Amino acid sequence: MKLIKKIGYILCFLGFSFFVGSLFVGTYKVSPEVFNQWIQNKEIKSEVFIKNTKKDIVNIELSSWKLSRFIIKNAEISNNYIKNKREIDWNKIIHIKWNKTYKEYVFPLVRESATGWFVQNTELWFFLTFGLAILGGLLVFIPDYKLLGPAGIKNNGIFQHSATNRGILGLITAFFFIGFYILLYFFPNYIVNPILAVNGISKALSGNNASQWFLYGFMYCSVMTVFAVRMFIKYRHNKYQFIRTAVVLFFQIAFAFLIPEILVAFNKPWFDFKNAWPLNYSFFFDWNINGLINSGNLGIFMFVWGVLLTLVIIPIMVYFYGKRWYCSWVCGCGGLAETLGDPYRQLSDKSLFSWKVERWLIHGVLAFAIGMTALTLYVYFSKIPSWKELTLGISVYDVQTWYGFFVGSIFSGIIGTGFYPILGNRVWCRFGCPLAAYMGFVQRFKSRFRITTNGGQCISCGNCSTYCEQGIDVRSYAQKGQNIVRSSCVGCGICSAVCPRGVLKLENGSDTGTSRTEIKEVILGNDIDLLSMTQKND
Amino acid sequence: MKNIVIIGNGIAGITAARHIRKKSDYKITIISAETAYFFSRTALMYIFMGHMKFEHTQPYENWFWKKNRIELLKAYVNSVNTETKELVLDNGTVLPYDDLIIATGSKPNKFGWPGQDLKAVMGLYSKQDLETITKYSKDCHRAVIVGGGLIGIEMAEMLISKNIPVTFLVRETSFWNKVLPAQESEMINQHIKEHAIDLRLETSLSKIISDENGRVKAIVTDVGETIACNLVGLTAGVSPNISFLKKSNIKLGRGVLVNRYLQTNISNVYAIGDCAEQHKSIDERNAIEAVWYTGRMMGETVARTVCGNASEYTPGNWFNSAKFLDIEYQTYGWVWAKPKKDEARFYWEHKEGKKCIHLNYNKETQQFIGINTFGIRMRHHLFDKWLKEKQSVIYVLEHLKDANFDPEFYQQHEAEILTQYNRENGTNLHPRKKNWKQIFLKG
Repeated sequence: MKLIKKIGYILCFLGFSFFVGSLFVGTYKVSPEVFNQWIQNKEIKSEVFIKNTKKDIVNIELSSWKLSRFIIKNAEISNNYIKNKREIDWNKIIHIKWNKTYKEYVFPLVRESATGWFVQNTELWFFLTFGLAILGGLLVFIPDYKLLGPAGIKNNGIFQHSATNRGILGLITAFFFIGFYILLYFFPNYIVNPILAVNGISKALSGNNASQWFLYGFMYCSVMTVFAVRMFIKYRHNKYQFIRTAVVLFFQIAFAFLIPEILVAFNKPWFDFKNAWPLNYSFFFDWNINGLINSGNLGIFMFVWGVLLTLVIIPIMVYFYGKRWYCSWVCGCGGLAETLGDPYRQLSDKSLFSWKVERWLIHGVLAFAIGMTALTLYVYFSKIPSWKELTLGISVYDVQTWYGFFVGSIFSGIIGTGFYPILGNRVWCRFGCPLAAYMGFVQRFKSRFRITTNGGQCISCGNCSTYCEQGIDVRSYAQKGQNIVRSSCVGCGICSAVCPRGVLKLENGSDTGTSRTEIKEVILGNDIDLLSMTQKND
Repeated sequence: MKNIVIIGNGIAGITAARHIRKKSDYKITIISAETAYFFSRTALMYIFMGHMKFEHTQPYENWFWKKNRIELLKAYVNSVNTETKELVLDNGTVLPYDDLIIATGSKPNKFGWPGQDLKAVMGLYSKQDLETITKYSKDCHRAVIVGGGLIGIEMAEMLISKNIPVTFLVRETSFWNKVLPAQESEMINQHIKEHAIDLRLETSLSKIISDENGRVKAIVTDVGETIACNLVGLTAGVSPNISFLKKSNIKLGRGVLVNRYLQTNISNVYAIGDCAEQHKSIDERNAIEAVWYTGRMMGETVARTVCGNASEYTPGNWFNSAKFLDIEYQTYGWVWAKPKKDEARFYWEHKEGKKCIHLNYNKETQQFIGINTFGIRMRHHLFDKWLKEKQSVIYVLEHLKDANFDPEFYQQHEAEILTQYNRENGTNLHPRKKNWKQIFLKG
């Protein structure tokens, strides 16, 4: 069994090495047709840029790094040239921004121009990266069925292992996570080879070439699957965990991956039916509304569904089941956190200070999302173009861009997932997600959900607080016999699982509101006659 | 302003301090030689196993004490002078008090075994014990644990988590069978073996043998077998940690003798938690209760008394819990190892041998007396209520679904349990549907 596990590690490492190594190899040759098409699509008007770039890259085999460098360099030269003229022709300026130019200008050209081994051997290439990594991952986790011993809570060594206790392995993991997100969001021109590995699958599903987002979606699903197997084995004694993991995996693969791709194959808009505003912050953006409305009945249904989901379905479901039905049973961010992120859940900060930070941040993001959406709808209905300046040189498009950059990319991706091995697995869900903040209000003030504390059985050991991914100090409630009703609780159920004394139970009771949290003092300790005590004015 | 000094920062002392602060503005000082801040002793095993770090076992953040004006003093109390109302600390400081609360807990029992003070021979009670076992487990090729109780099995779990082979010597014929009825005890025997622990029943320790460096290299059992090992856990119970009081005027038995107000023979000196001994046992309880929960209750009670509302210690219905490797155990009311003569029992065990319930009730009146539950969590407050209301065993069985506290989607066994009861007793009971109103009823 240990041997199988070791082989798994080796295969996984190989697949991962091929993946990373491929960023530094491969050749790209821009054909004149692709080049001209690109100039046209991107509406590039600078003759200097077109002439220089054509000379530098067309029909020449280059690495993606050189190719990208040429484009940016020529854009800089062209901009300088134009700005030095007496009359500046602003139409010919190519705006160079690190977080936009590479993905919007450079990437499409690089993507189209891949040549050589990676294009010709898609299937083998898929096997060498994803194939080996997935197989290896499964071989690493499946032997745990025997190696972990009889079913039960086996958190042995978590705080003594470098990978799960912010040691050097944890830092290396974080480095790769963060690096991947930076490339994915801002420099997809460098990850064309990994994208090629999943090209065959994309073609089979939707008929289109794979984009960086298809790569991301496929990686997301495969990582979740492998780590879901880990969850199934680790919590095989715990049916709540078993079913929850299976369901969240299903929603990711079916609703966030397969259904949208199949919709595209049928010429329908890419649509994730479970992704609700305000987490799906671009739902009310003009291009999305127009795109849906112009897609016939199905598009209109999608639009109505999206509005209903946020305004009706979500609050009703949170009332009955707490926000867990979404956050740890359906949501993609939650799904990744509960699978890939599970080994890092203990790293969340439990201090009172971090709770204060949490409340400011998450509600701040919610306010930002609502403000941005309100502005968006205002200009939409007033028929003001979104790029038009509203005040102080700011347009709605600017506000949307800031949100997309700071919240959409930096917060939810780079910090939220990239920092799993340092800050824990729910940083985005706890500090940033505006949908979580919205559901939190319902959960806190009007819901049947609570974590019931079992009378006086708590021994204050701290397992519940330690393994709470949301940084809730569960013990501080449990040890005084108070039920836990917190807006941030995502109902993962791990506090209840790790409790050695059977003190915690997630349940949906009949009482709602503040009565859920009344302390039953008598049970905690002494048989005090409470009535007589109140008379004594104690 | 009254000056309260508490010796010991365990659950009893800390609970007392917190409740005194809630009720009063008195000056509160807590003295401990063990750690600067309160931590949960019951979690020491999880630190060793890597489930948690020491800081995670501290229920309150470090700023809590200053904010609540509870002064923490890291020192050892050498002596208590009740006439001058002063303590003498190991650093020579003389500390005056108005009210003194003794909450010094226990220390592991040692029964004069030859070699009991060798290196790598230890109990598991204090933070220092944790440091010792961490140090000596690093090069441990086999460990022997002596004593078949709760701490012994925890220590075994700790060591096997580090892949250290463990031999577990239990003097009795079956694990913890002075407390557990035979069936439960046997279930745990099997579970211990399932974890590849070398369980030796009816075996006790005769001596511990030293190597040339003064560290244990083997033990010899009472049947003359020598077992090579370089770590020995002594877990044959605990006794009150009160030797520093021997020269004081405070009356001692095995523990510090107290009345129902937790007051010693000196009126402004109290004792709570593991170190307190009741003059007369309360109900069926032991005179000395070395349990987390009772420590907490006594802390709460004494706080009321100290703050002017003299209150008796009335611990209510007995409850307790533990975890034996992977099997959780809870108990409410009394289920003795052997039924008393007016008692009858009902025992159900799941076919996989990891879950069972054992009900104890009065043969004549059918009144419910207590339940042991293994592998199934039950609601404390419902059982407490049913015990108070003197419900019958039939009522309890019929309402068992209300009491189930297992996580959602867990397999439930009430129907199976009642079928067996009906078969054995010729009754025709059916489990009542789960009723939220019943569950959340106040009181």
